[in-house]
Amino acid sequence: MPSAPTARRAAATEELAAGYGLAADELERLRAVLGRDPGSLELGIVSSLWSEHCSYKSSKTMLAELPTSGPFVLEGPGENAGAVDIGNGWVAVFKMESHNHPSFIEPYQGAATGVGGILRDVFTMGARPVALLDSLRFGSLDAPRMRHLVDGVVRGIGDYGNCVGVPTVGGETGFHPSYDGNVVVNAFALGLARRERVFTARAAGAGNPLYYVGSRTGRDGIHGATMASESFDAESEAKRPTVQVGDPFTEKVLLEACLQAMRTGAVVAVQDMGAAGLTSSSFEMASRGGMGFNLRLDAVPLREAALTPYEIMLSESQERMLLVARRGREEEVVRVFERWGLEVSKVGELTENGLGRIYHRRARVAELPVKAIVDGGPVYDRPAAPPPDLERRWQSPDLPVEDPTATLARLLATPELGSKEWIWRQYDHSVRTNTVAGPGGDAAVLLLKGTEAGLGLVADVNPVYCALDPRRGGRQAVAEAVRNLACVGAEPVGLTDCLNFGSPESPEVYWQFRECVLGMAEACRELEVPVVSGNVSFYNETAGRPIHPTPTVAMVGLIPDLGQLPRAFFTAAGHRIVLLGRDAEEMGGSAYLRLVHGVEQGRPPAVDLAAEERLAALLRFLAFEGWVATAHDLAEGGLAVALAEAAFGRGLGASVTVAASPTALFSETQARAFVAAPPARLEAILEEAERWGVPAADVGEVGGARLVIRGDGGVLDADVEALRQVWETALPRALGM
Amino acid sequence: MRCGVVVFPGSNCDHDVYHVLKHVLGQDAVFLWHDEADLHGCDLVVLPGGFAYGDYLRAGAMAALSPIMAEVRRHAAAGGPVLGICNGFQMLLEAGLLPGAMRRNRDLRFLCQDVWLRVERDDLAFTSRYARGQVLRMPIAHAEGNYVDRDEALDALEKAGGVVFRYASPGGETAEGWNPNGSARAIAGVVNAGGNVLGMMPHPERCAEQVLGGEDGLGLFASLVAAAVEVRHA
Repeated sequence: MPSAPTARRAAATEELAAGYGLAADELERLRAVLGRDPGSLELGIVSSLWSEHCSYKSSKTMLAELPTSGPFVLEGPGENAGAVDIGNGWVAVFKMESHNHPSFIEPYQGAATGVGGILRDVFTMGARPVALLDSLRFGSLDAPRMRHLVDGVVRGIGDYGNCVGVPTVGGETGFHPSYDGNVVVNAFALGLARRERVFTARAAGAGNPLYYVGSRTGRDGIHGATMASESFDAESEAKRPTVQVGDPFTEKVLLEACLQAMRTGAVVAVQDMGAAGLTSSSFEMASRGGMGFNLRLDAVPLREAALTPYEIMLSESQERMLLVARRGREEEVVRVFERWGLEVSKVGELTENGLGRIYHRRARVAELPVKAIVDGGPVYDRPAAPPPDLERRWQSPDLPVEDPTATLARLLATPELGSKEWIWRQYDHSVRTNTVAGPGGDAAVLLLKGTEAGLGLVADVNPVYCALDPRRGGRQAVAEAVRNLACVGAEPVGLTDCLNFGSPESPEVYWQFRECVLGMAEACRELEVPVVSGNVSFYNETAGRPIHPTPTVAMVGLIPDLGQLPRAFFTAAGHRIVLLGRDAEEMGGSAYLRLVHGVEQGRPPAVDLAAEERLAALLRFLAFEGWVATAHDLAEGGLAVALAEAAFGRGLGASVTVAASPTALFSETQARAFVAAPPARLEAILEEAERWGVPAADVGEVGGARLVIRGDGGVLDADVEALRQVWETALPRALGM
Repeated sequence: MRCGVVVFPGSNCDHDVYHVLKHVLGQDAVFLWHDEADLHGCDLVVLPGGFAYGDYLRAGAMAALSPIMAEVRRHAAAGGPVLGICNGFQMLLEAGLLPGAMRRNRDLRFLCQDVWLRVERDDLAFTSRYARGQVLRMPIAHAEGNYVDRDEALDALEKAGGVVFRYASPGGETAEGWNPNGSARAIAGVVNAGGNVLGMMPHPERCAEQVLGGEDGLGLFASLVAAAVEVRHA
């Protein structure tokens, strides 16, 4: 029988644990690890480390399905970012992360700090960030607050990236009512490092000092990680103080200082104080290296004196790093940060005992076994169940296209398929002078200075497909990214993902998650693309209504020679247009049904991975040989939308004849693209297509001021300039700008 | 030519200008540190784009007070060439080395896009490789590029030949629709009375290699190199 005071204390611990979001069985697990009741600071630390956001407790078992290794992968998931060898002595370091919850509460700062966090994940690896992408999902523009959210998120991303001087070279934006109560803001960053200079966040060397560098610690962002592990309700507005505030100037200075400090050779490891701040950076870095540490909170630079140990450990103030220096060479590190005018303070050292010991005012306020806490968190195998009406959802409605010309204009007039230039014009996409193809094409293309080579970057996902058939949706996201890269001649070297879903405690959401991940895994294995980093964001739901499953894929590819880069638009009149792939008139989940008829139904298109692989190989070959001036894939809105997009670039129309019904012009059958080339190349292109086993047809010619598509039983005929106007003004018009 | 690119905390186009001078044009280029009152014998001083000190005050206001700026003033007073691009232009205005001021862009948003510039002066060390009336295509990337001054001051500036570049149509016509940020009289670049201090909002360093889509900016740097050679031979 426990004595009365002990029982009282245990009850108090349980109450505190519940307040921190630690479940009853998780508290029991912690008690078992420690062999005692945790203190209040220890409870705060562990509840953050074991939050969904930090521990991946509901996703770990599924993430193990994704292939993560490959001949060029240097660092896979588990590090701050993935690292892939891209030749010529260069390594590409990249990762994508979500900042959905804070962006919904406070869009400007939420999105800005999302960019800041992902940049730090990249430069802690010793890589200079050279490109950003973002993948955004907003609700209906008529929903409350939605225009404010769009404006705030775009300004937040722009102001942060522009100031730091890293170009935002591409991305994607979608609109759907399922995001009315939760927006998706996924930021991707890519950095370059010399192969011998890649850093990891593995603490090593007992006695090596721990340095705190960057901004001072304040009260902002406390509980950010736990906030990102909960659904929204009527009280969410009260969570505004959990959103951090960004300072891109400090970030820029911190970036330069960190890279310079790393070059001295006096730095062992660095980790960003991201989610759960000093807690996650100290515990995770020590855990990777199998070390312990002493941390003295009195040495942490503070914005105000009265912060409690709990607040110091859990603050998510931005632009801060924890750094392990080499003992005896501390001065070299300190000098660099002082030169850049940043805080630099020795806050502790590494130990061999494997314990995280935290001191405040000379008292030890926490002592936790590092590895047991970091690796010993709970892991959940959540129940999964498909929705009961799946079969009904897959029934195709019979809604044929009657007037293809009007249908095309209607699709291009939606914010969904309209130009996104209003967004990306607010992002500096040409700073650093590496941007060969910026936003608006199939994939962004970066020059690798000093080489002939380049990198292709793309972000893709179709949440409607994922909602209707998550397995196919997962496969499609990967396949489309491979296809987009192939259009610029890039061979994939790896991908990073952001898996945005509702509550994993809902069996239907967990089924969506599981199916999406399995679909992605199948496509990654078949198309040989390793997953080198990523992030999971659950609890994107409000009042029990989850977002559409949104497994965003950002993929990086290598272009061996930039001399012959095909464009996503027509470049010269007289070029022949060759359609690659074969249509199966798949209208399920199509943009046509959704945007013209308001119907979200039917089984999304099948994803034939072997056909995708053949098409991608052919496109890469054609790009490498320099035979094609234009290459553009067929995606949402099918052939009609794709041809219109290609016409807009230089205002060059096209005249095309295809054996397709008016409806089939908007079919979204996968593994399709078209290329355009001088007539002299036509025969060779058709021969190559046959050699690679890709169905190919010479369908028409570039030129004129009209887009004309003759099909079976109808002609689409539209003035390119008139269509372009509709397309270009769609988004600003919908935003009321 | 020895070229110094000043690095302020928050400069972010410093490497881009350095790259063009050093690797595209093969000049001797060095970085100069904002906190050091020393130009290390540079013939050309470039104030690059970026967000010096975060531009949390008016753009360029704090940078204009950096220790190195006293040396930049001395260099300019002695007739040495000074080029300010974007944030560097804003600094030159704040430092009083060029007339006028910047406001937020007309639609209050950051703008990154290509613009067309009409060359108004081809008799400067900065523009000898261009022809008067020539139209250049260059990127802009700024939120505060809306050039403004009193009408009399603008008249005086025009009269003195202080306007070097104007936003224009691809055919060289100035019209409101081709002026991206609302600048008075479509002014995109300004030179001082001595013809040796140029400030411009567009980024010539971002269009100095064909692989990046255009080389219209290269002429500006090539003009400076040619002028430096002439000086040496004189």
